[in-house]
Amino acid sequence: MHDRSSSGLHLLHDTSAAHAVMPEDLPFTVQGMTVAYHHKPVLWGVSYSAPKGCLTAIIGPNGAGKSTFLKAALGLIPKLSGETKVFGEPIEKALKRIAYVPQRSAVDWDFPATAIDVVLMGLYGQIGWFRWPSRKHRQKALDCLKSVGMQDFANRQIGQLSGGQQQRVFLARALAQDAEVYLMDEPFAGVDAATEKAIVAVLRQLVADGKTVLVVHHDLETVRDYYSHILLLNGQHVADGPVETTFTPENLQRAYGGRLASTQLDGLSEAAGS
Amino acid sequence: MEQFFAALTLSAGYNTALVCVGAALLGAASGAIGVFVLLRKRTLVSDAVSHATLPGVALAFIIAQVYFGSGRSLPVLLVGAAVSAGIGVLAVDWIKTHTRLTEDAAIGTVLSTFFAVGMVLLTIIQSMSIAGQAGLEGFLLGATSGMLKSEAMTIAVAAGLVGLAVVLRMKEFSLLCFDEGFAAASGYNVRWLDRTLLLLLLGIVVIGLKTVGLVLIIALAIIPPVAARFWTDRVPVLVAIAAGIGALGSYIGAALSASAPNMPTGGLIVLVLFSFFVVSLLISPVRGILAAALKHYRFQRIVHLRQGLLAIAHDEPVLEPLTRSILRRGGFMGGDGQPTVKGQSEARLIERDQKLWNLYREMHPEESHALADWSLKPIGEVLPADTVKTLEQELTPHVVRDGLPGAGGAN
Repeated sequence: MHDRSSSGLHLLHDTSAAHAVMPEDLPFTVQGMTVAYHHKPVLWGVSYSAPKGCLTAIIGPNGAGKSTFLKAALGLIPKLSGETKVFGEPIEKALKRIAYVPQRSAVDWDFPATAIDVVLMGLYGQIGWFRWPSRKHRQKALDCLKSVGMQDFANRQIGQLSGGQQQRVFLARALAQDAEVYLMDEPFAGVDAATEKAIVAVLRQLVADGKTVLVVHHDLETVRDYYSHILLLNGQHVADGPVETTFTPENLQRAYGGRLASTQLDGLSEAAGS
Repeated sequence: MEQFFAALTLSAGYNTALVCVGAALLGAASGAIGVFVLLRKRTLVSDAVSHATLPGVALAFIIAQVYFGSGRSLPVLLVGAAVSAGIGVLAVDWIKTHTRLTEDAAIGTVLSTFFAVGMVLLTIIQSMSIAGQAGLEGFLLGATSGMLKSEAMTIAVAAGLVGLAVVLRMKEFSLLCFDEGFAAASGYNVRWLDRTLLLLLLGIVVIGLKTVGLVLIIALAIIPPVAARFWTDRVPVLVAIAAGIGALGSYIGAALSASAPNMPTGGLIVLVLFSFFVVSLLISPVRGILAAALKHYRFQRIVHLRQGLLAIAHDEPVLEPLTRSILRRGGFMGGDGQPTVKGQSEARLIERDQKLWNLYREMHPEESHALADWSLKPIGEVLPADTVKTLEQELTPHVVRDGLPGAGGAN
């Protein structure tokens, strides 16, 4: 209970700063979330509300619980406390409005499927039980592959794709879901520059279409270029808000501690000045 | 031999025909469900399920003997088998979630303990000196010789139902096996899907006990999909082939058993299935080892051809005999060891392709190392068009940049 009350304060503090917002306008809100692996807390009383229609990076040092934050918020792993609301509804009732892109390393790519098979998985919810994908569904899946530049690889076995191509297929699958909130776990991990560019273009298009996008991100140097907002974690909620006001050396120092060399911090703050 | 062919052509009597068809349906259903057990990487769990049936069978026998006067009632024995296997699965699940033991440790413990209990109970039954207990041994290794018509019918119908359930849930099971996290985030109840999968497997184990025996029933669910995996990279095709192999192998095995009643049916079926596995392993064009050897042979040629052409492009001498003979056979090199016109032009093309590949490796070392086809195929066939375009743009300015002093160094 004690962590719940302290995090409740957090949330009060956060929302009182903003103007009065109705809960059904908040696309993704987490309240007082605590997660532990084998009695070791990974996330401690985290409260956060994602800004609607914005592209937000979730950043923090290794082991800060960035991926855990997404997984626990979605209910994929057990949590000790906390709840997630999507447009004011409990998340279990609103999963159709969410698209989740897991880490590429979370699956075995030797699975017997082609790129388009994987994208079609994003449509299974619409297709329904006991029915098969129709031509309409295949066309939609192809369109999604096209928007990530992978239309030529639709019938390629997924194990034969490069890491970047696999990541694009994952992204296409999320696009097929036609969600309102996109949660992505390190989509830029180990991808080539062209894929990175393609992914950024897709993220910007999503935001332009009014979607809310949260991305676990590792590379501090690109945060300023890619995102409008950040959420800074280090097991606890450190800070969140627009990049201009929140992505500051002071906040980064609080999240990363000694792990970020002062020269690196200087470099990032210089970028802030330019 | 004559009897075998008679059984095979369903002309060895109504009963034998029924047993063979029942076995075929059982094999098809177990092959189909086995695909998802394999893709879910839970083949060990299935072993625990089958071994955990033994105490249930023995206990059901004792109970039926005490209360109904005869222990040999198939439905009662199968209910006992299902209940104890269910308890076994739950025990594995409980150990896995409530302790730090891994799943394989939990399975090893549960499997051997349940089997031990079963063996002790069987010994007790033998000491009870009851008529009809001989039939119980059939549950260990499988026996079709004494099978009743009603029993064969039950097996056929139940197998058909399980097979149908697998086909109807193919989409959801695929999703579960490929990406559990995504399935859960899309609103599927992953725990419940997993339970359904295990329940269907349990159904197969229980109805197959009599035919194949509990020690070997799991081979019926594992070998067909493993053999089928050599032939295809698509789930629906995999299910179809695994069901086909399971059906054919079980059918032939049951026919063999009908012609040699002293041999254990389960053993015969598994041996026939194993022969399907060996054939698939050897000759499958997709993943078989002969195809792999052929692929390696071709791979070696591609490498030699490419390196030979690059040597021509760089005006270096080609010394290795294999490379020379490959170049000559392709018409890229004349008998005198000098490159032909065709060889020269091909060499230029390959040289440019290689430059793009090298640039790709320089720019994305991690990616290029993960790529199987790096510098083996033309780059445009491997990488997406936009990536190749970026590389080409990167390659051209290099020349310009080098010519302009002070416009930035290389890289």
